[in-house]
Amino acid sequence: MSGAALALRGVRFAYTAGGPEVLRDVSLDVPAGSITALLGPNGSGKTTLLWLMLGLLDPRAGTIHVAGRLREHYSRRELSRQVGLVPQDEPVAFDLSVLEFVLLGRAPYLGLLELPSAADRGRAHEALATIGISALAHRAVPSLSGGERQLATIARALVQQSQILLSDEPTAHLDLANTRRVLDVMRGLGREGRTLVFTTHDPNLAAAIADHVVLLREGRILAAAATAEALTAAALSATYGVAVEIAEVRGRPLVITS
Amino acid sequence: MSAEPAAGPPADGAAAARLWWIVGVTAAILAASVLMGRYPGPYLTPPGALAHDELARNVILNLRLPRILAALLLGATLGASGAVLQMVFRNPLVDAGFLGVSPGAAFGASLAIVFLGGAPPVVQVCAAAFAFLGMAASYLLAQRIHLGDWVLRLVLAGIIVSATYSSATGVVKYLADPLRQLPDITFWLLGGLWATTWPDVLHLVPVVVPCLVVLYLMRWRLNLLSLRDETAFSLGAALGRERLVVLVAAVAATAVVVSKAGQVGWVGLIVPHIARRLVGSDAQRALPASMLLGMGFVLVCDDLARTVLSGEIPLGLLTSFAGAAVFAVTLLRRQVRLRP
Repeated sequence: MSGAALALRGVRFAYTAGGPEVLRDVSLDVPAGSITALLGPNGSGKTTLLWLMLGLLDPRAGTIHVAGRLREHYSRRELSRQVGLVPQDEPVAFDLSVLEFVLLGRAPYLGLLELPSAADRGRAHEALATIGISALAHRAVPSLSGGERQLATIARALVQQSQILLSDEPTAHLDLANTRRVLDVMRGLGREGRTLVFTTHDPNLAAAIADHVVLLREGRILAAAATAEALTAAALSATYGVAVEIAEVRGRPLVITS
Repeated sequence: MSAEPAAGPPADGAAAARLWWIVGVTAAILAASVLMGRYPGPYLTPPGALAHDELARNVILNLRLPRILAALLLGATLGASGAVLQMVFRNPLVDAGFLGVSPGAAFGASLAIVFLGGAPPVVQVCAAAFAFLGMAASYLLAQRIHLGDWVLRLVLAGIIVSATYSSATGVVKYLADPLRQLPDITFWLLGGLWATTWPDVLHLVPVVVPCLVVLYLMRWRLNLLSLRDETAFSLGAALGRERLVVLVAAVAATAVVVSKAGQVGWVGLIVPHIARRLVGSDAQRALPASMLLGMGFVLVCDDLARTVLSGEIPLGLLTSFAGAAVFAVTLLRRQVRLRP
């Protein structure tokens, strides 16, 4: 467990008492500073696992350690300083500007009645510059393209300063150029030593940026290893239930369904 | 073909300037309201009359001022609670009619008029009590509904409670004496601030002012509560507790002012829309702007209600007409986004 940003032991979860278990006896170490992909078919429990790591759901059994400390020993605010979220295609009901939206990342550092300070605004501007979207600062979030909105969400996570970032399908609904832009930013965060955990349906996305891959099927972990070890034709076939071939393109595995 | 420029949120400096502009306009409306009335002549009391006309002084101090203060509290409350409910429900088409608050007050008032003698204090207490009960019933029902997320459950529960109250009000009206009680119910439902006295204002202040202060102090936090559950949670919000605090504050203030003023519709729906257009959607500015614009809007409508005719025009009629017209113009000028 030492060196693990997130450590899960014997985690079980069901959405209703007496209902079917969505996760069954999941044990997993997410190394600090790594990029980890949670890969599996629809309904395999990827997003549920992400919500458990975030603290949104409580396991029925088992333990979750965040940075070496039991998750339930953190206060709500302490946990949000450790673990941030980059959600998929987040709807924003009102026309908040990108700057106002990104500034919400300071919430874990502000009291219930406190307003963001000039220093907080400075951090938000820095994050926009880091991600390369300073020009969007005064645009309304609902008017952004999917890719721009995803980058704004990542900027908010940067302002939150959490070392662990969880992301649900970070490139879903994005075109090729925006996918590339988001992946470049995610790689950059990984290089800076942040721990990234993301869910995806796409093995090629995992192959492109992840150091580690966790393969899930029907709530169980089939494999959890370095990307090259985990992404084998046999393991992927067992995960998705279809025949899979793996080609190598420019030194990286490319997954093809037969 | 010309492309319309994208309407973005106003820049910080412009939004702050507009907020101060709203403060100035509201203060001007307030000053004008003191002098508007039907004594000594129609429409205006000359400022000079205050110096030598004791009756004019009495009219202003004992009739007009308490009514103006009640209108300010009513407008600030409806504007603020509309803004809060729209943000918490992530829906710009929500107001205090949701969660059974206004229908609860209407039922309570009708019940008091028909079965409890109809004395004004009894009507007020009964209206406030059933408004609170409406909110509590919506909240408890939402916890037992197994469909959708928290916001959808609360909306569904509010629809059930509101429909029940509306039906029950219909039953009470059916049972009411058509010559004596039914006109009283109808008049209460039309809404108004006639016969407001200083004791009425003093009864409103202890509930309304603390609730508005809580909402004002938590205004930046409202942005967080308008995000999707998992996002707000990931940013450290204690969702259940924080939502409960702002909803109770918004509903408590609304229940108390509605119990005095009756059904004054459209303020809570239209005012937050205008506020967001003027100062942007960040609740740090949109909430105080909603309070101020609510004050100004209700004050202008109430000035018209008590000044235009020799008799009183029900305030609720004026706010509904004005609100519907302003809303139509808003919709025609710009696309309203329900969900991006």
